[in-house]
Amino acid sequence: MAIEIPRTHYPVERFTLPNGLRVVLAPDASAPVIGVAVVYDVGIRSEPEGRTGFAHLFEHLMFQGSANLEKLAHFRHVQGAGGTFNGSTHLDYTDYFETLPGSALERTLFLEADRMRGPRLTEENLRNQVDVVKEEIRVNVLNRPYGGFPWLKLPPVMFDTFPNAHDGYGSFVDLESATVADAADFFHKYYACGNAVLSVAGDIDVDEARALIEKHFGDVEARPAPDRPDFDEPDLTAERREEYTDRLAPLPAVAAAWRVPDPIGDLPGYLANVVLAEVLTDGDASRLVERLVLKDRSVTSVGGYIGFMGEPFEVRDPTAFVLQSHLPPGGQVDRVLATVDEELDRLAHGGLAAGELARTQARMVAHLLRENDAALNRALRMAVLEEQRGDASILNDLPHMIGSVTEEQVVAAAAALRPHRRAALEVIPGAGRAAAEGADQ
Amino acid sequence: MTALTLPDLGPLKPLTIPDTAERTLPNGLTVIAVRRSAVPLVEVRLRLPFAGTPLATSTLLTNTLFSGTSTLSTVDIAAELQAVGGGLGAGSDPDRLMISGNALASGLGRLLEILSQVLTDAAYPTNEVDTEQSRLIDRIQIALTQPAHLARVALLKRMYGQHPYAVQLPTVAQVQAVERDQLLGLHQQRLLPQGAHLILVGDIDPEGVLATAERWLGGWSGDAEPVQLDPTPPLEPGPLLLADRPDSVQSSLRLALPAVGRKHPDHAALQLANLVFGGYFSSRWVENIREDKGYTYGPHSIVDHSIAGSAVLVNAEVATEVTAPALVETLYELGRIATRPVEPAELEQARQYALGTLQLGMSTQSGLAGLVSTYVGYDLRLDFLAEHSARLASATVDDVATVAERYLGPAKGVVVVLGDAKKVQDSLAAIMPVTVEPAPQE
Repeated sequence: MAIEIPRTHYPVERFTLPNGLRVVLAPDASAPVIGVAVVYDVGIRSEPEGRTGFAHLFEHLMFQGSANLEKLAHFRHVQGAGGTFNGSTHLDYTDYFETLPGSALERTLFLEADRMRGPRLTEENLRNQVDVVKEEIRVNVLNRPYGGFPWLKLPPVMFDTFPNAHDGYGSFVDLESATVADAADFFHKYYACGNAVLSVAGDIDVDEARALIEKHFGDVEARPAPDRPDFDEPDLTAERREEYTDRLAPLPAVAAAWRVPDPIGDLPGYLANVVLAEVLTDGDASRLVERLVLKDRSVTSVGGYIGFMGEPFEVRDPTAFVLQSHLPPGGQVDRVLATVDEELDRLAHGGLAAGELARTQARMVAHLLRENDAALNRALRMAVLEEQRGDASILNDLPHMIGSVTEEQVVAAAAALRPHRRAALEVIPGAGRAAAEGADQ
Repeated sequence: MTALTLPDLGPLKPLTIPDTAERTLPNGLTVIAVRRSAVPLVEVRLRLPFAGTPLATSTLLTNTLFSGTSTLSTVDIAAELQAVGGGLGAGSDPDRLMISGNALASGLGRLLEILSQVLTDAAYPTNEVDTEQSRLIDRIQIALTQPAHLARVALLKRMYGQHPYAVQLPTVAQVQAVERDQLLGLHQQRLLPQGAHLILVGDIDPEGVLATAERWLGGWSGDAEPVQLDPTPPLEPGPLLLADRPDSVQSSLRLALPAVGRKHPDHAALQLANLVFGGYFSSRWVENIREDKGYTYGPHSIVDHSIAGSAVLVNAEVATEVTAPALVETLYELGRIATRPVEPAELEQARQYALGTLQLGMSTQSGLAGLVSTYVGYDLRLDFLAEHSARLASATVDDVATVAERYLGPAKGVVVVLGDAKKVQDSLAAIMPVTVEPAPQE
């Protein structure tokens, strides 16, 4: 007996202010807290050549003071209201968010509106944040094994154009070359209120929240969204394969990616791939874990997901189905990739086992609902759905969209993951090697 | 443009403890059920006291507990759980084994049924044990190349000496030596209901679900001898320990300072003092070494609790070339808070943060499950949050000054740096005596 896929019923209010700011409200009084998110439709793919890492650096500058707020004030006012904050830069969007007790709603709206009017861009703050970002890159990429693998390392194998292929964390040279004028231009072009969505979820009264939003955001300068270029590239026609040595990595690893249908333009075809990723890799009963990890022992771990940043409902075209594995010492990447091909063939020709799809969908829905239990996660997801798909209320539909993917669709998705469409990257373990060879780099 | 003024905060809603039911079953298992119906899911935690267990065996056990029973394979267990939207996993530390999972609320009975089979009939099949042994060894080898792990290994050894908390990840050789019989033996001796807590949080009727838990886990039986670890030894201040990691592009800076447990009268004030020092972004230390000097990305300081002792742990990854200056600023900020009263506004800000984030922590099923399952280890329940909130609300500038002097003065702490000794040793030695060791190798 298959379990019933549950539904959520978050009420969703949507409106647009006269200056073009789109707003989403989702009241839910189950806890006395709120999540507030502002999403701007600009990300790593939009940064200019010679300025790799700029979208992320600019995100840091949005915390350095604004029209009515000194440096450090934003942090202090959010935390002094009992909340937490952050921002993050993605391929297609940049988000700024807070979660706090509901008592801080108006203060939080004030803070977000103030920086939407304009951050305080100074040379001193820019240099300080370039230093901070360099430490962020050192801690997340340069000083650890498998740093940036595969999210920074695989796109340049798969893609040819700068927007899709470049390193979104940025080179130190490009970061150090950034100027205050660059930041002012970037803000003016991309941080237009017509290019943003504000969302508030949690313990709010809709009418009160709406009035407060009109009060604080109503006079933000109206600037339209810039034209968003088409970042599409042709699909691969022959396999691409690269490798690199990671001086800190003790074991081999491999990642492979295939293009998937447009997440916005072909939602059914795309969702089949989202489900396929879980059929292949979600837990010990998934196909690739069972085969590669438990039976063949040719890998130590395998993961599969959509999008280089692993966010299936927050990415636009072009994007990819990504598989990654760590291998045991001496493991053979060719053998792993051949087994993946074999398993995809088996799925494409033999279909799914009884119950396999339903149980995978049930677990996916549980994961999704669990994330949505947090007001902040709902606010963030709805803001991006509104920004990219024009309707935040899709949040309530996602469980059933996942649940209605059919076996035929999953099989067709598996059949499309052919070796000639694949970009693959192998990590050669270099740990201990430099010392053994007396090399000095 | 005319300057706009910051809106005031509205009134903070009082902390409300969700609807909870608790019962200790005849077999010694305590079941605690908490209602949060916002999403149709249930979070499950099973906490078992695990102090005194052999490290390599207990670590491998957590990786093989769900590897099969006499009637179910690894894949069967995973598939049956998935069918109700569920999943289960296990992890251990020197105090406890924690089984964690969740499922669609309608699948709770089925999840508990499978959990019960695993608890009473885990088979540790030879082939699966062999697989997981190899995977665990691979993970240990990867951990040994990660600076955060290596710094933690060096710090725990420096803090705890011979105490069981000193080593928390086994060596490759120790894992290789574990036999299947040892897993079965440890399971029989310690995976028992006496002293264990089952926590269920979600879209459930708390009273009603106690019967569901009893139906599936009431038959689980066996008494475990309680094992109590000695209290952690006091920190022994001394030279800075520099763990040499050649070619490291950052240094991992770690300090440990004394602290008190959750129930101690100093605890709330210490939590506030730590916040003002470095416990959140808007703290003196973070504003200094990140926002002013740009030495680091994510510095943080926490009051860390284990059953046998507590400590303040101060962490920052800093650029190699600023290792010594970063330590100077850290010692300065600790010295400053230990010797001069905090400003009332700083205390108010920290207090609001502590009170607000308590509400945030209770605002999700998984947050509540984490709180309840942590607290039971200290014989506390969610109502402790009300008591703790009252202490946070009433702590004064004087209280904070007193505890800051008592616990946060740099002379009371131990310092460990993992980094490239060739580049950082001389400048660190200008600040305090330094002992150099190779970075941990196993």
